[in-house]
Amino acid sequence: MSEKRSVREAYRAGVQDYRKTYYDPDYEPKDTDILAAFRVTPQSDVPVEEAAAAVAAESSTGTWTTVWTDLLTDMERYRGRFYAIEPVEGNPEQIMAYVAYPLDLFEEGSVVNMMSSIVGNVFGFKAIRALRLEDLRLPVAYLKTFPGPPHGIQVERDKLNKYGRPLLGGTIKPKLGLSAKNYGRAVYECLRGGLDFTKDDENINSQPFMRWRDRFEFVMDAVRKAESETGERKGHYLNVTAGTMEEVYKRAEFARSLGAPIIMSDFLTMGFTAHTSLSLWCRDNGVLLHCHRALHAVIDRQKNHGIHWRVLAKWLRMAGGDHVHNGTVVGKLEGDRRATMAINDLLREDFVPADRSRGVYFDQPWASLPPVFPAASGGIHVWHMPALVSMFGDDAVFQFGGGTQGHPGGNAAGASANRVALEAVVQARNEGRDLDREGKDILERAAQRSSELREALALWKEVSFEFEGVDRLDPVRA
Amino acid sequence: MKAETFSYLPTLTTQQVLQQVHYLLQEGLVPAIEYTERPTARDHYWTMWKLPLFEARAAEDVLAEIEVCKAANPRAYIKLIGYDRRRQTQAVSFVVERP
Repeated sequence: MSEKRSVREAYRAGVQDYRKTYYDPDYEPKDTDILAAFRVTPQSDVPVEEAAAAVAAESSTGTWTTVWTDLLTDMERYRGRFYAIEPVEGNPEQIMAYVAYPLDLFEEGSVVNMMSSIVGNVFGFKAIRALRLEDLRLPVAYLKTFPGPPHGIQVERDKLNKYGRPLLGGTIKPKLGLSAKNYGRAVYECLRGGLDFTKDDENINSQPFMRWRDRFEFVMDAVRKAESETGERKGHYLNVTAGTMEEVYKRAEFARSLGAPIIMSDFLTMGFTAHTSLSLWCRDNGVLLHCHRALHAVIDRQKNHGIHWRVLAKWLRMAGGDHVHNGTVVGKLEGDRRATMAINDLLREDFVPADRSRGVYFDQPWASLPPVFPAASGGIHVWHMPALVSMFGDDAVFQFGGGTQGHPGGNAAGASANRVALEAVVQARNEGRDLDREGKDILERAAQRSSELREALALWKEVSFEFEGVDRLDPVRA
Repeated sequence: MKAETFSYLPTLTTQQVLQQVHYLLQEGLVPAIEYTERPTARDHYWTMWKLPLFEARAAEDVLAEIEVCKAANPRAYIKLIGYDRRRQTQAVSFVVERP
């Protein structure tokens, strides 16, 4: 009896230091814990341990004051624990705080539930000036409750009969304003010229100038005609993103009834609940799912606050998607090379080891969740082809929008230029040539037999995007 | 027909095909030969030419087998495949003969 009584705590109302309950430097994380690496910038008068413990508390069981009902639960079992702290090289104002969350805090198969906890209220907490979720370790036990990609890379290759090379896509331009029939023309020209896919832009839904049903019909005409002319499977990412789920399903069903092999979702603006439902629909209906990440830079671009893209990419692989936009490294959009390549691994591999020089904070096993094709898109053109193949390898989709349709000979010529460049580079790589050193020579040689490639090389010779990145990895102490 | 990898390049020379087969073997892939007289975009299964060449060690052996297939099927398209059994997919596939 006396022993039992000593376990009982007395209730004292008031405000307690978070670190008393939520800082546990001796804690050994369990294999089933979800682990988080937070970049914390505390307010200047808040001790770093207190700020980090507050993060652990507010993102798990805690609130700002003690409540009597705390004593009706087993806090040992449910509290998040801030278990390790690290200085940030080159930035004395920040620390890296590691938090372990017990698995029971989260609902199975719900990215949304995890977000509401881990990246919920805590990001507006006054005791911290800024907070960024850098990485999450998802345990195997939790991953097994998620559907993952509807098909994955291998199944997509089998369905479309495309092997041994990256796939080629292109977003139809201008982004907005074409009629459905003229839009279908642009699709047909790209596909017959040699692209595997064309794509709706993220903000093409169903506007007055082009309603979705008209677009879907004309586009699928274009796809079928290009297929019968080339003897090759073709597709167009029909963007089914809409204002309500009823509308999303209606568009997806219609795309399937037309025989569309692939549809598209703006997964962040649509939200994870909607996107996950659509992903499950895709698996049930054998339709591939391309995912655009519009909104991501609002969340992930600033180094001191928000959520790193690697975490959003992990969530996408859990919720499901067959393609997702990742950086290009060489194109017009932000993306550090090592960080981007590590995220390719997180999308494609079954196990990714921790490597701070690539921004990967935790070992991440994927428990056989299918892999996702990274799509490289944004300001890339034929001259980038050797670097893209060298960096990304075969399992990627390269999307040349302007880089196809900006060709002086039009879409078909632009598509052929890209396809010739791609195949010449793959051929050369297989022959053992060094793409980084010999890329220019490989392209120029291929251009001797392709006037389309010759023109493309001449047109885009001087275009590059050499800006300093905003979000760069921390230096790693040697 | 403008389908499959390398279909937008000039027809590969024998020497170039040999280099691709060499790559395939070096990568540990299993070569296999398929053929058809009527290729279409939706045809997943061309006719197998014998079983995959599990025993092939040299690129020349594979090329010789393609020649035998070609002699027996002079009007056929012939495709060379490299199976990747670890990733359960084809890692290479291209048309080596077009009639």
